Amino acid sequence: MDIKIEKLTKKYGVHRAVDNISFEVKTGEILGFLGPNGAGKTTTMKIITNYLFPDEGDVFIGGKSVIQDADSVKKHIGYLPESNPLYQDMPIIDYLSFCGLLQGISKEKVPSRVAEMVRICGINTEKHKKIGELSKGYRQRVGLAQAMIHNPDVLILDEPTSGLDPNQIVEIRKLIRELGREKTVILCTHILPEVEATCDRILIINKGKIVADGTAENLRKNSNSQETFTIKIEDGNANEIFQSLQSISTIGIVDFMDRNLNRFEVQSRPGCTSKREIFNLCVQKHWVLTELTPVETRLEDIFRDLTMN
Amino acid sequence: MKSIWIITKRELSSIFDSLIAYFLLVLFLGFSGFFTWINGSFDIFIVGQATLQGFFFIANWSLFFFIPAITMRLLAEEKKSGTLELLLTKAITDRNVIIGKFLAALLLVCIALAFTLPYVITLASIGKIDIGGIICGYIGLVLVSASYISIGLYASSITTNQIVAFLSAIFIGLFFQIIFQVMAGSATGLLGEIFSTLNLQNHFESISRGVIDSKDIIYFASIIFLGIFLSELSISKRKIAG
Repeated sequence: MDIKIEKLTKKYGVHRAVDNISFEVKTGEILGFLGPNGAGKTTTMKIITNYLFPDEGDVFIGGKSVIQDADSVKKHIGYLPESNPLYQDMPIIDYLSFCGLLQGISKEKVPSRVAEMVRICGINTEKHKKIGELSKGYRQRVGLAQAMIHNPDVLILDEPTSGLDPNQIVEIRKLIRELGREKTVILCTHILPEVEATCDRILIINKGKIVADGTAENLRKNSNSQETFTIKIEDGNANEIFQSLQSISTIGIVDFMDRNLNRFEVQSRPGCTSKREIFNLCVQKHWVLTELTPVETRLEDIFRDLTMN
Repeated sequence: MKSIWIITKRELSSIFDSLIAYFLLVLFLGFSGFFTWINGSFDIFIVGQATLQGFFFIANWSLFFFIPAITMRLLAEEKKSGTLELLLTKAITDRNVIIGKFLAALLLVCIALAFTLPYVITLASIGKIDIGGIICGYIGLVLVSASYISIGLYASSITTNQIVAFLSAIFIGLFFQIIFQVMAGSATGLLGEIFSTLNLQNHFESISRGVIDSKDIIYFASIIFLGIFLSELSISKRKIAG
């Protein structure tokens, strides 16, 4: 089921939390939705899940408007809010059954769906407990389970790995990637490595507007970053190597990474590439080049460039 | 329809799980039993008649205080913890959530009243009872309860603090329970009649005397619908205001 956001605007008084944004998410796509705090991520999620009404624009899920046809659309959506609100006094199984029934699963099928969720989300050892007795990581898993129990076509996950330990994070990311094969997933997060690990496409929102939309590769290509290498040259005097590298015309900045090991970080001038020049320099001076590793522009830097203004 | 019952069941389980239900049941039955059978000016043995009028009066007042204690958590707590937000994104309408909670509170009150049926049996064994009057009395209590539940539900929908919900419900309820009556007493003519009509006790008394007049039904139905409607409006408001 695909999602189409059309010219969405939401104002809180004078402040435009979401400012005329439009984008699409295709079936089977996992979209990473990034942005600084207050950018409008959670507001957008709340509008998609019909918790809030927009002031302008609409959201279409599977062709149906979330505003006009809310009742028929909602059962196709699974939502894990940022705060993961849960009924503390309810036992896990009761809570998941409640969610399942509410989302339209028939009474006969509920126990097996609950068992399936317990299995997939790894809550088997805790399933006899009340939600209030669980640690944060397990509560997060219960939140995920309630979002998935009715097997929705669309999953809206707001910070799904928040509070999880490194092992759990890997598991949940794996789970999301698996789900993403058939379902349409929007993943809101601050954690940039998570976006790279899990998402097919990235959307960056800042101050209510979309400032980037594309795959991680595209974003890197489009950003104004200079080519950067880590170089290790054996033999030769560190300072001499430093001077020589600096004298190459296409190189902008040279930095010592480790004087003893002759490791440098070298950045080309904007728009230039220096691979051949470095190699030829080493050949000329009879230096042995043992490392020439490109340093990928970090997503963090792209994010910073787009959202700091 | 089905979704209303799912909400009701969950709410009732929660109220019983938290022991609030047991406390209130014991208190309600304790009060009722004490003042109906043991002591006080309405005590059956003092009055000397095989009637439950005294019990109905006591129950009326104890329900007035106990119902806000039940309704205060229904919406305020969910708003505070954020579970209401999640609930409303599921395949259920705002209205059905409200009705489900309303029914849960009403069922609890009915359970409490059901526990007083032994009074009827006991009374029947010691005197000649007017069964029609007694049935009407219970109907009256259910209608009064439903009215106060809907008021309490509205009070719970406008705040995230349970204590504020409780006090607001009592405050609004006082108008219907006493204040209109007082104002009717000091006003004359049309104004006096209006206050008299708004006064809940009048309608309750007229039903518990054994006559179910459409006027009274309309009165209670109006309060019930108004309370539920305003509660729904209150939680739907978030959609516009955020």
